[in-house]
Amino acid sequence: MATAPEHLHTYRMPDERGHFGPYGGIFVAETLMYPLEELKAAYETYLKDPDFLAELDRDLSDYVGRPSPLYYAERWSRELGGAQIYLKREDLNHTGAHKVNNTIGQALLARRMGKRRVIAETGAGQHGVATATVAARLGLECVVYMGEVDVERQKLNVYRMSLLGAEVRPVSSGSRTLKDALNEALRDWVTNVDDTFYIIGTVAGPHPYPAMVRDFQAVIGREAKRQILEKAGRLPDALVACVGGGSNAIGLFYPFIEDDGVALYGVEAAGLGLETGRHSAPLCAGRPGVLHGNRTYLMEDDDGQIIETHSISAGLDYPGVGPEHAWLKDSGRATYVSVTDDEALEAFHSLTRIEGIMPALESSHALAYAMKLAPQMDKEQIMIVNVSGRGDKDIHTVAEREGLKL
Amino acid sequence: MSRIQARFDRLRAQGRKALIPFITAGDPEPGLTVPLLHEMVAAGADILELGVPFSDPMADGPVIQRASERALRHRTSLRQVLDMVAEFRRRDGETPIVLMGYLNPIERLGYGEFVSRAKAAGVDGVLTVDLPVEEARDALLPSLYEAGIDPIFLLAPTSPPRRIEQADAAGRGYLYYVSLKGVTGAGHLDLEDVARKVAAIKALAKLPVGVGFGVKDAATAARMARLADAVVVGSALVAKVEENLEAPARIGPEITALLVAMRRAMDAEVAPA
Repeated sequence: MATAPEHLHTYRMPDERGHFGPYGGIFVAETLMYPLEELKAAYETYLKDPDFLAELDRDLSDYVGRPSPLYYAERWSRELGGAQIYLKREDLNHTGAHKVNNTIGQALLARRMGKRRVIAETGAGQHGVATATVAARLGLECVVYMGEVDVERQKLNVYRMSLLGAEVRPVSSGSRTLKDALNEALRDWVTNVDDTFYIIGTVAGPHPYPAMVRDFQAVIGREAKRQILEKAGRLPDALVACVGGGSNAIGLFYPFIEDDGVALYGVEAAGLGLETGRHSAPLCAGRPGVLHGNRTYLMEDDDGQIIETHSISAGLDYPGVGPEHAWLKDSGRATYVSVTDDEALEAFHSLTRIEGIMPALESSHALAYAMKLAPQMDKEQIMIVNVSGRGDKDIHTVAEREGLKL
Repeated sequence: MSRIQARFDRLRAQGRKALIPFITAGDPEPGLTVPLLHEMVAAGADILELGVPFSDPMADGPVIQRASERALRHRTSLRQVLDMVAEFRRRDGETPIVLMGYLNPIERLGYGEFVSRAKAAGVDGVLTVDLPVEEARDALLPSLYEAGIDPIFLLAPTSPPRRIEQADAAGRGYLYYVSLKGVTGAGHLDLEDVARKVAAIKALAKLPVGVGFGVKDAATAARMARLADAVVVGSALVAKVEENLEAPARIGPEITALLVAMRRAMDAEVAPA
């Protein structure tokens, strides 16, 4: 088993006010300070409460279907001719993605706090569906904000949310995508804070969200660690996950951060190519700034205005990224790379045809990088790729790219 | 003494309250901003709040967000806003100007560069909506103090005494009480609620207290003037801009009319002749 250098043995991030080094923090209007303090207090209390944790574990097992399998993709590994590739099958969770790990946690927290209404923002619709799902189960009123552009390209998920009893509110301001949905959800929260809990879907936003969402998603990495030790008898050499806001990646990485023999790769969306400027890769091609309550890497212009992003995958189409990723990048603990729309599509087809697993376009970014990395590794080496979601929701997008109309 | 403090001292001596209008710089187009500022002073404004457009104004309601979007269509940048202040100063050396906006454009320009340019342009106060005292303390605050620019902080209905005292200690000029749980331009004011909270703030704070968010007409402005030291009016003015996009010549007169009515009602309420 690899040993970590001293500084990683003591990885205790974030600090009391939510800082990961220079990143994170609480950059919000005064109106949000009290709701955030209330949330932080509840989160700190219940994350140590055996009763709450038992309830969460029960739901993760009986409702979500955890643990999700760690699957050895033998044929795909052989095809690529390098490392042994294991897939963490978050696509097999109830609702089809990792998002539900977090929405279950936050919704149970909302109920403990006595909130009867939950709100969420969503890009691809996966987080919206995961929120609407747990709201239905707990009998909570649910409003989901979604950019008009995303409403259009993710019709299936919009309908799914309405079947679950959630109200989807299309957002027509700004670029009409995920970032604008987030702005609108924050406005709702400020206005209705007495009875409303805001379920943020990723490891971004003001403290305590980045830490809280990480802690709920870390079940991915804890399971993967136990599973790989059972199956292979040792830790992996590399972990690969896609990064939009970065919740599935942090969920997988976090339990391995102190294991310095495990290389961490976060894969951003290069869209049409980093050189075109039409991408969603703030860690690879952006600069530090402040947006949505935290300091992190952003896509911005020379005046500090947030610019429009592009990715074939709605779930990665976001101009910021979780502050812990910004810190892991600067500290050198994790490596951030990017793959284009075309490369992600190629990986989508490759995994579908060779393993019979149809990944989400978000996850296809991680798989595309695995296709580059695996051949450079030995056959003895082990890589875990997070299949963060399933691809059913993306079939129309893929068909369109092939010139088909379904 | 800062221009803002001097203005509050003078008003107090006169037994009057400050009227603080807000418009977004560059809305509906950059050429109209400086003339509008002068017109608002002529209509009775004591302090001017000038909004710096931002792509993601998460604490603002739809009216001010659309103003930001209109201004950004002309690529109105923080640098240009500072140029507008400098231009305004050529004719008006007395009326304080407060820049109101979000942190990221300031981060991009750089704190040092921003503060020195703002000082040179004649900016008197800076209200950064998404920069609470905790995060400002080690970064922007020291350079603002040094330049003699007043950092202005928001207070909310949910701010506990600890945060009121903290904002009063770190802030200069005035405190801005956001009288609604919500975004700019939202809903209706519960006047008794505002009265209670403003009294609680004034008991703890040495700085003058302004009230904003939800001040739509002269009658509301008058009632707020009785409770607080200053009345901030934003969305109601920006709505006048929006209503007259096809006839921009009407924007100035309509804004003037609303401010004159507010000024009269406020003065009548607190200092009956």
